[in-house]
Amino acid sequence: MHEAGIAQSILDIASDVARERGAHRIARVKVRVGDFSGVVPAALEFAFDALKAESLAAGAALEIERVPIAVKCPNCGSTDPPAADLALWCTQCTTPLEILAGQELDVQYIDVEEE
Amino acid sequence: LERLTIEQKVLRKNDDYAAENRARFAARGLYVVNIWSAPGAGKTTLLEKTLGPLGERFRVGVIEGDIQTSIDADRIRRAGAPAFQINTNRCHLEAAMIQDALAEFPSDALDLLVIENIGNMVCPAGYDLGEDLRVMVFSVAEGAEKPKKYPKMFHRSDAVVLNKIDLAPYTDVSVEELERNVRDVSPHAAVFPVSCRSGAGLEAWVEWLAARIQSKGETHVSGDTR
Repeated sequence: MHEAGIAQSILDIASDVARERGAHRIARVKVRVGDFSGVVPAALEFAFDALKAESLAAGAALEIERVPIAVKCPNCGSTDPPAADLALWCTQCTTPLEILAGQELDVQYIDVEEE
Repeated sequence: LERLTIEQKVLRKNDDYAAENRARFAARGLYVVNIWSAPGAGKTTLLEKTLGPLGERFRVGVIEGDIQTSIDADRIRRAGAPAFQINTNRCHLEAAMIQDALAEFPSDALDLLVIENIGNMVCPAGYDLGEDLRVMVFSVAEGAEKPKKYPKMFHRSDAVVLNKIDLAPYTDVSVEELERNVRDVSPHAAVFPVSCRSGAGLEAWVEWLAARIQSKGETHVSGDTR
């Protein structure tokens, strides 16, 4: 389950920032996860909860904002969503689509209690 | 409570290592291929078949990633190329592991470095290693719908090698449908149906790869003399 490695990276980033700023407890970690990031939100939550115990984020909630896939045709400019089964070709002019959004995997912010 | 803005990619640390690797490879004119697939699709066999003809034109080395054993590195050495085995509990290789490997595995004199990732259909796609080219190997018996189910690695690949086409008649898999699904999720990838067993299709793949290695080498040489 590769979400474990991702969850550990999130905890490391959050803990580093909290420590730098002298916070002693992280209450919330907010992340952005694209629908085309290859990360399963439920698995990420499970891994985060399993790994957070020994960290500053031991009591933290993980809040996941999902980002849907957005595409654009570089030829005709159509922004129609791709077919349901992820055919990344423009439905208007059959050009390969550019992916504008949906590949995100970011830590946005943390809410902390100061010392 | 105080809100601390971070706005950072979760895998930025790996991206930073990958950028260092890429700069180092570029400085030496070394062409690097990251090859990935599910376990058993035929990555190592494809390399055995590819390194022979490429070895006549280029100096080639291989970094092998596996959870256990040095079976693959041993196979590559028997095929005539120097090889270095990484064993890791991770389900994918990371850019920092490549830096560690390069400290022990001499790559200065090479034209081509192939990194064989750990067999996995999901994770390797997120971890840039600093490569020039990403190659997916997929064996037809895995099923025609898999590119749709596991789109990310296909999407990130520059080439998709559809291996074991000799087995297709013994399965219910339509190679045509499989190719269509690959092109749906990865419209820009070059697709090579091959059989490592019979040798069918291998020449087109080898020539395509050789042209890419050659072109990086020439860019590098002209960069040196400028």
